[in-house]
Amino acid sequence: MAFVIVATIIVIGTVLWNAVSPWWFTPLASNWGFLDTTIIISLWVCGVAFVAVSGFIIYCVLKFRYKEGHKAQYQPENTKLEVILTVVTTIGVVVLLAPGLIAWNMYIDLPDDALEVEGVGQQWVWTYRFPGEDGIYGNTNGRLFSSKNTFGIDPNDPNGQDDILIRSAEVHLPINEKVVFQLRSKDVLHDFYIPQFRAKMDLVPGQQSNLWFEPTLLGTYEVACAEYCGTGHYAMRGLITVDTREDFDAWLAEQPTFFETLNEGVEGNGKQIAQTLGCVACHSDDGVNGIGPTWKNTFGTERLLDTGETVVIDEAYIKESIVNPVAKIGSGYAPVMPAYATLSEEELDAITDYIKTLSD
Amino acid sequence: MEQGANYEGQPIHEPTGWWSRYVFSQDHKIIALQYITVALAIGLTGMFLSLMMRMQLGFPGLFESIDAGSYYQDVTMHGMIMVIYLLTALFLGGFGNYLIPLMLGSRDMAFPFVNMLSFWVYFLSVIILVSSFFVESGPTGAGWTLYPPQSILEGTPGGDGAGIILMLASLAVFIIAFTMGGLNYITTVLQSRAKGMTLMRMPLIIWCIFLATFLGLLAFPALLVGAIMLIFDRVLETSFFMPEIFKGGEVLDYGGGSPVLFQHLFWFFGHPEVYIIALPAFGIISELISCHARKNIFGYNMMVWALIAIAGIAFIVWAHHMYVAGMNPYLGFFFATTTLIIAIPTAIKVYNWVITLWDANIKMTVPMLYCLAFLITFLIGGLTGLFLGNVAVDVPLSDTYFVVGHFHMVMAVSPFLALYGGLYHWYPSVTGRMLDDTLGQIHFWITFVGTYLIYFPMHYIGFLGVPRRYYSNEQYDFIPQSVNDLNQFITICALIVGASQFILLYNFVVSLYKGKEAGPNPWGACTLEWQALESPPGHGNWGEKLPVVYRWPYDYGLPGATADFVPQNVPDEQIT
Repeated sequence: MAFVIVATIIVIGTVLWNAVSPWWFTPLASNWGFLDTTIIISLWVCGVAFVAVSGFIIYCVLKFRYKEGHKAQYQPENTKLEVILTVVTTIGVVVLLAPGLIAWNMYIDLPDDALEVEGVGQQWVWTYRFPGEDGIYGNTNGRLFSSKNTFGIDPNDPNGQDDILIRSAEVHLPINEKVVFQLRSKDVLHDFYIPQFRAKMDLVPGQQSNLWFEPTLLGTYEVACAEYCGTGHYAMRGLITVDTREDFDAWLAEQPTFFETLNEGVEGNGKQIAQTLGCVACHSDDGVNGIGPTWKNTFGTERLLDTGETVVIDEAYIKESIVNPVAKIGSGYAPVMPAYATLSEEELDAITDYIKTLSD
Repeated sequence: MEQGANYEGQPIHEPTGWWSRYVFSQDHKIIALQYITVALAIGLTGMFLSLMMRMQLGFPGLFESIDAGSYYQDVTMHGMIMVIYLLTALFLGGFGNYLIPLMLGSRDMAFPFVNMLSFWVYFLSVIILVSSFFVESGPTGAGWTLYPPQSILEGTPGGDGAGIILMLASLAVFIIAFTMGGLNYITTVLQSRAKGMTLMRMPLIIWCIFLATFLGLLAFPALLVGAIMLIFDRVLETSFFMPEIFKGGEVLDYGGGSPVLFQHLFWFFGHPEVYIIALPAFGIISELISCHARKNIFGYNMMVWALIAIAGIAFIVWAHHMYVAGMNPYLGFFFATTTLIIAIPTAIKVYNWVITLWDANIKMTVPMLYCLAFLITFLIGGLTGLFLGNVAVDVPLSDTYFVVGHFHMVMAVSPFLALYGGLYHWYPSVTGRMLDDTLGQIHFWITFVGTYLIYFPMHYIGFLGVPRRYYSNEQYDFIPQSVNDLNQFITICALIVGASQFILLYNFVVSLYKGKEAGPNPWGACTLEWQALESPPGHGNWGEKLPVVYRWPYDYGLPGATADFVPQNVPDEQIT
C-alpha cells in the first residue's frame, strides 16, 4: 500500500510541477521560439506516456496483490496487443521527431543576407571580429596568434586590414536582423550559449562552427560558456547588447580596425594587452577576487603566500608572477595560471603600469 | 552447443588451499564476489566525490579545500568511477560471473584461469586509477569525457602531473580485463549450456549480459585506440587530436589534429556503454518482476528481439552526444532518427514488464519494490532522453542541468535500483541467508524517494538554462538565487541518500551471520541457480549430475501444476 500512495504522489507531483515550477524558460529574445514549441510538444507526448504507464503500474499493484493460493493468469504471448503497442509507440515517436527535424533544418540553414560576426573563445574570455567595410574577413592562421595579433590575422592579407576587432567581452548586435556567428577557439573547446536566444554551438580549435539567430528584443544578455573549458569555465561570461540599428552603427564606428591595432604602441596599452591575453577572466579590476586575486588597490600592499610568507606586490613580483606564476602563489588560490613566458619586456611594463593605475 | 553427458564424470578440480580457494580462485562464484567487493569499494569513493561536489554547490565556500580545480577533479573522477569501474565491472564481472554458469547449468566459465586473470587485471586498473589521487597535482580534472585539447594540456586541473596518463593507462588496463572476461562470457553462453537449454530458453538476464558483452567487446576498442592516441599526443607530442593552440601567450608545438575525432571515438564507445550498463539492469528487472509477481514474463520472444534490436542500433546513435559539438550539422538528421527509433524496442521492454504485472499475484518483497521503483525512474529517464535525442530539442537543453537530471535518472539511479533489487534477490543464493527485510525497506524508501528529489528538479533548472559543470553560479544574472536554494535542498537529500547506503552495507555484514536461513529456493524461482543440490552451490555447482532443462525459465502459474512455479529442470511428467 505504501508503494501505491508514494507512487501516486510522485506521478501527480511530477505532472503538477510543470504548472507551478519556479524554474522555467527565460523570456525568449530571438527567433528560436520554435525550439520552445518542440520542447512543449515533447512534454505533452512524454507526459501522457508517463501518466499512462505509471498509472497502469499503480493500478496493477493495487489490484493484483499476492493472495495465498491464487494463481496468476498464464499468458506468455499476445501478438495482437504487442503489435498495437508497437504501432502506437511508433506514432508517438513520429509526432516527436517530425517537428524536431523541421526545427533542426531551420537551425542549420544559414541565411545568406545576414550580418556576419566572428566569435573567438579563449580561456576564459570572448572576443569578436566584424569583417569591416569590404565584408570579407582577413585570413587567419593558428600559427599567427600572439599577444599583439590576438585574432591570428594574416597581416599581409588586404581583406583583413579593415576587419573590426572587439577586444572585450561585450558585443553589440542590431535588433531584428539575422546574424551568423562564425565560431572558433584558440585553445580548448568552448560553447557559445545565450539562454534567452536558445542558441548554442561549440567552439572547436582548428575548425569553424556556425550559429545563426535573429535578436528580437532590445536589452543586454549574458553569454555563458556551456562546454567545460577548465578551471575558469564557470566564469567565462560575455555580454551581448541588442541595439537599434543606429545605436549599433554608432557603437561599431568606435571600434578599432585590425590595421589600427597593428600600429598601436605597447606603452600605455596595458589594459588592452591584459584583455587580449585573457588575464581579466581571473583578475578583476573592481576589487572582487575571482579565480585569481583582483588587481584593484593591490599594488604596494602585502600578500600572504601559500607558503605562509608574505611578499610586497611590487613591479618585480608582478612580472615574476606573469612569467612564472607558480613561483609565489597567493594563499587561497590554486596554481592554475599559465606561464606567459614569451611576453616582451615592454609588454610586461605595460601590464604592470596598468595594474599600478588601478591603485589610488 | 549444449553441454552433453560426456562432460559428466570429469574431475571437478576442487581448489586445494586457502589461497587458491579464496584469493587466486578460478571459481566463477568467488571471482564474482571479488568483482562485487572491489566495485562497491571504488563505488563508495565515487559516491564520496559526488558528495564533495554537492557540498560546493549547496554550501559554496563552506569547505575551503574544494576550490574550482579540485571540484573539477571530483567531477571527472566521479563520472569515470561510477560508469566504468563500478557499474560496468559490477554488472558484467559481478552478476555476469555469478549467474552465467549457474543459470545455464554449467560447471564454471569456459576459461576459469582467464576468468581469474580478468579479475586481477581489473583490480590492477583500479589500483592505477586510485594511485592518481596520490600523485603530484592529483587526478585529472579534464571532465569524465576527457575531451582534448583540454585533457592533455598543462593548466587543466590536475593536468600538470601524471593524472591524465594514469587515467588513460587505467582505462587501457581495464579494457584488457574486460576483454578477457567478455570472451569468457560469450564462449560460456555459446558452448556450455546444459542439455535442453536452447538459446530461446535462456533466462532474459543471460541474454542481456550476453548482448552487453558483445557491445563491450566491439565498443571498448574504440576507447582503447582513443586513449592510446591521446597518450601519444601528451607524451610524444603527436597531433592526432591537437590543432594549432595558443595558450599562455604562445603557440604550442601542435598542429593539424582534430578534437572532434576524439569525440567520435569516445562516443562510439560511450553510447554502447550506456547499454552495457542498461541491458544487465533490464535483465535483472525481467527476472525479478516475473519471479516476485509470480507470473510468467510477458512476450519473451519479443523481449529477446527487442534486446537484439537495441544492441544493434546502439552502434549507430553515438553522435547524438555531439549535436552542438561542431560536427557536420547534416549528421544531426541521421542520428536523431536512429536515436528515436531505439526508443521503440526500449518502450516494448517497458510495456512487457508492466503487462507482466497484469492479473499477476504480486508479492511486495524488497526486490519487487526495487523493480517497481526502477520502472518509474527508468520511465522518467527514458522519456527525457527523447528530448535530448531529438536534435533541435537538444539545442537549448544540451550541457544544462537537464542533461545531468536525465542521465542520472536513466544511467545512475535506474541501474542502481536494479542492482540493489538484484543484490537482495541473489544474496540468499550466495550466502544461504536472507537479508534483513526491515533494513531493506528503510534503505529502499530513502534511496527511491531521495534520488527522485535530487534529480527531478534538475530538469527544470535545465529549462531555465543553467549550464552544468559550473563550480559556482554567482557570476550570472540570469540564474536566480532560488537555484542556489534548490542546490542546498538537493545537497541535503544527497547527504541523506549517501548515508543510507551504509544501511545496505550493514545489512550485508550482519545478515551474513544473523540472517534468516534461506533454504535452497526462498523466492520459489524457476531458474537453475536455485535448483543446485547444495545451497549455496559448491565448487562445480552441480555435484555429480548436470541439470537437464525441459522448459523456459518463466513457468510461474502454469495451469495444471499445484505449485505456482515449475523449475526449468522439471520434466512435464513430474509436474504435480
